[in-house]
Amino acid sequence: MELTVIGKYRALVIRPDDELDQHSAENIRTEADRLLKKTGLCNVVFDMRNVRFMDSSGIGVIMGRYRTVCTMGGVVAICGMNSLIDRVVQMSGLRDIVIITDRLQNALEEVLSVCLKTV
Amino acid sequence: MLKNSMSVEFMAISDNERFARSVAAAFVIGLDPTMEEISEIKTAVSEAVTNAIIHGYNDTGRGRIVMEGTIYEDSVEFRISDEGVGISDIRRAREPLYTGKPEDERSGMGFTIMETFMDSVEVESEKNKGTSIIMTKTVKQVGK
Repeated sequence: MELTVIGKYRALVIRPDDELDQHSAENIRTEADRLLKKTGLCNVVFDMRNVRFMDSSGIGVIMGRYRTVCTMGGVVAICGMNSLIDRVVQMSGLRDIVIITDRLQNALEEVLSVCLKTV
Repeated sequence: MLKNSMSVEFMAISDNERFARSVAAAFVIGLDPTMEEISEIKTAVSEAVTNAIIHGYNDTGRGRIVMEGTIYEDSVEFRISDEGVGISDIRRAREPLYTGKPEDERSGMGFTIMETFMDSVEVESEKNKGTSIIMTKTVKQVGK
């Protein structure tokens, strides 16, 4: 997993490795929350370009970060999903509450524009 | 007609979720499934095994999980069993977004995903005896 702070967009970009299940979810949760707390960033972007597999544990992680940033006025975006992940996300209803884009750059820009509106 | 069967037993730790779904994917290869069907089976198996680890054994890492697979003419059945606490209200457990562990950031989507990706999902459970999830799926067999 890679974590990148992009100050310009007030965003933490989380790029999980190939398989996002209960096992890898635990690590993402701990590391992302530690960094969110430390930096005070309010937006989270899940960049799924490397993820080939995701089950409902991935949904749990995204929902959890959504709850965290919501209280800070931030938003969550997901980009670069393959069709399997897209179907799982669709089923969960996450589409109604997070921003979904193909490319990371679009996700960052949308995240920032939503963030600016609420300020 | 039964064409193949297998069974594996493993420790109830999250490390083995990947192991279980890889075994399941390798086992169904003989049926000539599409990539999409393989992904669906892997995801459903991952959900069932995660349920056994997190709920059946309360994430203690103690206990064992048995996964049995059977291939029939054009379908596959997986039975994933634990000897954990059991599910007291199966109907409620299967409701979308219901989770027995809200404090743990569970999505409550496990059964919904299994039901969507497989043709049938049955649950047998007895309090303090354990739970079995039996899932079947017909494979289109594109190569034939």
